[in-house]
Amino acid sequence: MKVLVPVKRVLDYNLKVRVKPDQSGVDLSNLKMSMNPFDEIAVEEAVRMKEGGGGHAAGAASEVIAVSIGPQQAQETIRTALAMGADRGILVQVDGDVEPLAVAKILKAICDAEQPGLVILGKQAIDDDSNQTGQMLAALLDWPQATFASKIALSDGKAAVTREVDGGLQTLSVALPAIVTTDLRLNEPRYASLPNIMKAKKKPIDMKTAADYGVDVAPRLQVVKVAEPAKRQGGAKVKTVQELVEKLKNEAGVL
Amino acid sequence: MTLTVELSDAQAAIKDAIEKICAQFDDPYWRKVDDTGDFPNAFVDAIAAGGWLGVAMPEEFGGAGLGLTEAALMMQTVAQSGAGFSGASAIHLNIFGLMPVVKFGTPEQKKRFLPRIISGEDKSCFAVTEPNSGLDTASLQTRAERTNAGYRITGRKIWTTNAQRADKILIIARTTPKDQCRKPTDGLSLFYTDFDRSKIEAQPIPKMGRKAVECNTLFIDGLDVPRDDLIGEEGQGFRILLTGLNPERVLIGAEAVGLGRAALARAAQYAKEREVFGRPIGQNQGVAHPLARAWAELEAANLLAFKAAALFDAGKECGAEANAAKYLGGEAGFNACEAAVMAHGGMGYAKEYYVERYFREAMIARIVPVSREMILNFIAERVLGLPKSY
Ligand SMILES: Cc1cc2nc3c(=O)[nH]c(=O)nc-3n(C[C@H](O)[C@H](O)[C@H](O)COP(=O)(O)OP(=O)(O)OC[C@H]3O[C@@H](n4cnc5c(N)ncnc54)[C@H](O)[C@@H]3O)c2cc1C
Repeated sequence: MKVLVPVKRVLDYNLKVRVKPDQSGVDLSNLKMSMNPFDEIAVEEAVRMKEGGGGHAAGAASEVIAVSIGPQQAQETIRTALAMGADRGILVQVDGDVEPLAVAKILKAICDAEQPGLVILGKQAIDDDSNQTGQMLAALLDWPQATFASKIALSDGKAAVTREVDGGLQTLSVALPAIVTTDLRLNEPRYASLPNIMKAKKKPIDMKTAADYGVDVAPRLQVVKVAEPAKRQGGAKVKTVQELVEKLKNEAGVL
Repeated sequence: MTLTVELSDAQAAIKDAIEKICAQFDDPYWRKVDDTGDFPNAFVDAIAAGGWLGVAMPEEFGGAGLGLTEAALMMQTVAQSGAGFSGASAIHLNIFGLMPVVKFGTPEQKKRFLPRIISGEDKSCFAVTEPNSGLDTASLQTRAERTNAGYRITGRKIWTTNAQRADKILIIARTTPKDQCRKPTDGLSLFYTDFDRSKIEAQPIPKMGRKAVECNTLFIDGLDVPRDDLIGEEGQGFRILLTGLNPERVLIGAEAVGLGRAALARAAQYAKEREVFGRPIGQNQGVAHPLARAWAELEAANLLAFKAAALFDAGKECGAEANAAKYLGGEAGFNACEAAVMAHGGMGYAKEYYVERYFREAMIARIVPVSREMILNFIAERVLGLPKSY
């Protein structure tokens, strides 16, 4: 079974995001870019399916393919996936913003060509937090989906996926091929070792364009304004219940 | 491989992977080992487990076969994480210390020595400096006398880093008395051999910083060395040693820049947050300018370090650049650490803010492995053609 893992190049999660002065978006100039953390978890899970570990038998996946849709530099993100253990990469080079629907359409075309048994995506990318691509891809392919996975167990053509939902854990059984999106607690991704970084340099990356898949990536949405959240106000201590009630009424206006 | 203005994919991956490992070992960790003097074993194990000790070692022995550029980038990233020299010195010797073996060892020696240093199984130390000869290496007094089986070494070494834990020692000793040699640098030989504690006594030297990685005085009394542990030809030790000196200088220069950047990052953060007289202290040019100057100096030193590394990796002469990079790195790193302490005011002197530890460690790169004065002597003589002064 092939496992396809889409990986997105995003602003490193350690960095503080700065909004551009004209409020047209987030300032990315000269900042460190990394693989979306949820995608790292997806790569880790796929590699475990291949190598064994994390409850998966070795060989559960025969091949792990990392796909990125983004600028030329997203190659680096694919190399990270290859250094973690993915076998080969596909870069669909697109400059500028690509919306979830366009990404899902490209991924659908890749799934048609590659016929993976499983696609593992991050539940969302930490830059736009859309939380849409996996679901849209499932719809386009008409495959079952299990989102927010905290555990995946494979057995004869099925995946039992534990989902983190409000109020507890839900376990779904989906027939493969299927779409799974990862949540934070699915696994703890490995660090690439030096020998594996060296091996990754020799693994192939296919270079493609959106046109190769016949997908029009022109944006359908228009960003009106991007602004920083309002600064948090410092808290205040109250001495009595009366004072609290008074403040809730007159200052916070919630009573 | 050379480092251009932008990192290559592989270089970015190296930096990223090292940053991730180092993120597990934060400033409180380093502060603790600096207090207790415990060797940072967990850190070294994590680096060894990722295969990083072999970054610049030949692939056929389990290394990655990368260049000095990548090794310098890796070591700088370690120092810059806040590990400073407590982290960098703990692994420094594994990275390039065995260059003489790589370049001059027999195939048998390489097979016997290199895989074990790459895996971290062997811990080695490097004994050049002596109490009575200092920077004048040609005048060192440790003797290696011939025996039937090889050599017997007797003498004293000082400052030998890591000798408390080492099971191997790379040591230079005189095999032919100086007055019988054509040149004073002839007649020295290099050995890589077992650290036999029944023949070597190692006494730690109480020192200013980097308590976690100790330095020692060695008293060597009749250390037997098999002939197979002589590296290269007898009498050629000094020239063989030189092959490893330029890379070491580049590494120290790059490490010092990393340490300076760590200090600067903390200082900038503090200067933004600390408010006195109703404004952040960093709004005063008296606070901001020393930090800005430190940045400029660090970046300039960094460029020269990576130029020297590029020359080395291309197989070109890099003596002047490597020496100058170590000099500039040492000074820029120190200036940045000093500026960082000063920007913190009283808190700069408190362990809690970590920059005082950086400051103490920054002194190392100004002294080791060769002093500023000797570097300037070298440049004056070799680059500028001035008469030799010593
Ligand atoms: C933390 C630390 C770790 C070390 N680790 C090791 C190690 O692992 N292995 C090892 O072999 N050594 C090690 N050393 C030793 C280090 O390399 C030496 O201290 C350094 O080379 C200087 O030698 P010295 O101390 O004998 O100085 P000296 O030779 O005594 O010189 C003292 C001062 O005089 C100046 N000077 C001397 N001659 C001249 C001249 N002709 N012109 C101008 N100035 C001159 C020097 O520049 C210096 O400032 C370490 C040192 C330290 C501090």
